[in-house]
Amino acid sequence: MADENQGELTARLTPILDRYEGRRGVLVSLLQDVQAEFGFLEEKVMSTVAEALKLPLSHLYGVTSFYSQFYFKPRGKHIVRVCTGTACHIRGAPAIQARLEDELGICAGETTEDLVFTLETVNCVGCCALAPVVTVNDRVLNRREQRKLSGWIREQRAP
Amino acid sequence: MKRLRSVDDFVFFREELGRETKDQTTVRVCSGTGCRAAGAAEVREAFVEEIERQGVEVRVTTSGCQGLCQRGPLVTIEPQRLFYQHVRPFDVPAIVDLTLKRERPIERLLHRTPDEKIVSWRDDIPFYKKQERVILRNCGRIDPTDIRDSIRVGGYSGLAKVLAEKAPEEVIAEIKAAGLRGRGGAGFSTGRKWELCRSQRGTPKYVICNGDEGDPGAFMDRSILEGDPHSVIEGMIVAAYAIGDMTEGFIYVRAEYPLAVKNLSIAIAQAEELGLLGRNILGSGLNFHIEIKRGAGAFVCGESTALMYSIEGSRGMPRQTPPRSVERGLWGKPTVLNNVKTFALVPMIVNQGADWFAGIGTERSKGTQVFALTGKVQNTGLVEVPMGITIRELVYEIGGGTLGGGRCKAVQIGGPSGGCIPENLFDTPIDFDSLQEIGAMMGSGGLVVMDESDCMVAIARYFLAFTQQESCGKCPPCRIGTYRMLQIMDRIVEGKGETGDIERLQTLGREIQETALCALGRSAPNPILTTIRHFREEYEAHIHEKRCPVGVCYSPGRYRILEEECLHCGLCMDVCEEEAISSGRRGYTIDPDECIGCGRCRGVCPAEAIVVEEQVTA
Repeated sequence: MADENQGELTARLTPILDRYEGRRGVLVSLLQDVQAEFGFLEEKVMSTVAEALKLPLSHLYGVTSFYSQFYFKPRGKHIVRVCTGTACHIRGAPAIQARLEDELGICAGETTEDLVFTLETVNCVGCCALAPVVTVNDRVLNRREQRKLSGWIREQRAP
Repeated sequence: MKRLRSVDDFVFFREELGRETKDQTTVRVCSGTGCRAAGAAEVREAFVEEIERQGVEVRVTTSGCQGLCQRGPLVTIEPQRLFYQHVRPFDVPAIVDLTLKRERPIERLLHRTPDEKIVSWRDDIPFYKKQERVILRNCGRIDPTDIRDSIRVGGYSGLAKVLAEKAPEEVIAEIKAAGLRGRGGAGFSTGRKWELCRSQRGTPKYVICNGDEGDPGAFMDRSILEGDPHSVIEGMIVAAYAIGDMTEGFIYVRAEYPLAVKNLSIAIAQAEELGLLGRNILGSGLNFHIEIKRGAGAFVCGESTALMYSIEGSRGMPRQTPPRSVERGLWGKPTVLNNVKTFALVPMIVNQGADWFAGIGTERSKGTQVFALTGKVQNTGLVEVPMGITIRELVYEIGGGTLGGGRCKAVQIGGPSGGCIPENLFDTPIDFDSLQEIGAMMGSGGLVVMDESDCMVAIARYFLAFTQQESCGKCPPCRIGTYRMLQIMDRIVEGKGETGDIERLQTLGREIQETALCALGRSAPNPILTTIRHFREEYEAHIHEKRCPVGVCYSPGRYRILEEECLHCGLCMDVCEEEAISSGRRGYTIDPDECIGCGRCRGVCPAEAIVVEEQVTA
């Protein structure tokens, strides 16, 4: 069983590793692609990559843990982000964050147990005119959608 | 598209493009982040459908950010010169029928000034009138995914001119004569940097464009990369030519900017196809490739040495300088790193000449600077002004004053590394040196407006919390020092401040400024130190009287409607996007649990009946 899984894993990793074969300074880009493929960086995946690159696992972990956009835990189906940039901050982002944390029952940076939602904060999404800004799966919500967010969250949760 | 083999080929191609689209009616739907969030994609679709249905000969295209994000989605129609705002899909049939078929403008979609005058074209709107758009010249005027649009308005002409007429040394001399200073914040002379790199022995050399714009509340570089990627690419090629021994360049783009990566990739592919990038550029023998590097989410990577480590695939931690990057940069080789805006300016300077550029701005700060004008200001958006304009002009004449019409209290300039400037210093001209004198810095161009309902202590704490969290941890002054400062700030904000805290903050702040390894650490205390300098009484109120003078610290719910003043007009309820205001038998009330304190209701209240309650903490 274990070997079968390993085989499948290698098959998914090979095209990514091939793409960066023989190029220098590509570790970050390579791992970004790996994460895009697997959703997050599981230990098994990391150690396979480390072996293929002939690098210690600790080195890979050192690099990935430095950057905030590498994840070591599974992420929710929907990623809800609250912008906490300056403009959003002074127009009420902290209150919105608190409300979402309440509704989802998790803190920013966490994922709900049923793996439906991940709540995160982001420093600036660059549309300060709409502040305070909330994005769902990289889509910036407009006013109407933002008001309907609570309803949408309940809907997604319903079995 | 056919590959262009020489400068003459290029000139011919450009002229041909100009003839092609002359007099053609063009509908341009802004697709900047702000407008897209407001529904620009649906508007564009509606145009395509409706034009087909009604059978008119019109070109529908998109553009990058046009600047006035507050009024999006924006649509421009040329050559009629109409600038429609807040366009929604159901407005489109009327626009096609009336404006495009019968040449009649639709008044309700045009801009209205505060005194109810109707303005039909962009350049006549007060928001744009005072601006001088040099860096943003093409943003909002071209389709960023079509290189022909860029060439039509002068894109790559600077490169062609340089290749045909100028020796590398002459290019550097021109940039130096123009007095161009880097737009990343520090303001080092660009020409000098290039010259230093050119004189280095090591090869190959590298050029890097720093697009890791991380300041919260800043989106200038993003808008340029998304809306006008070709100017940046052109600037980099000119740099490669001027510095020499270069075949490779990198554009480092922040992780949160997927659209910038997409538009840049398209732009690079199209430039390569035309022979403007890649091997033997325009038959000149110059070989130069550009690769995009996506950031992975680390603010400190905006620091040049950290950014280079990140490109190399390591942890992005800054190192001690010297040696500077021009001596030993990427992979230990001489490297020039400039900001997005700096590269975007280069083609204009070589095209129009150093004298033209040096004629804009002040004695020691030439040219223009782009600001992301945000916060409690009427016209949120991207603005570009000549150096030397005063903060007052920027906030009141371009920004239109504060969002609620209240008194403007201060602006925060330069993001978490910058400082707060109080209202009484608003006549300070905006240039590198004047800002430094009053304890702030140019930064890369974020400008946040704050009104009297904002607590300066809380704002300073917010910025410090940001830099503290983003500290890479390499040097103790930044890692431990900012944490200690944050602990003190936290207790002040919570009403547990102690006598002597202000002095402690100042001592710690000065020590960090003097001893931290990189610019991020050294500038981290700036927001605290400038707010202490200009708003000391607010700190004292928090510490000694245990109260927040504007009632921000602690829970929201500080907004209240004064029953005796209220006219029962209901405007506040209409504008409240949180639906926190309700009407009852005794008038309007604000639900403190729903209120997020955005201040919109205060702005519309004709009777000034909405007050921000002073809140006693502790």
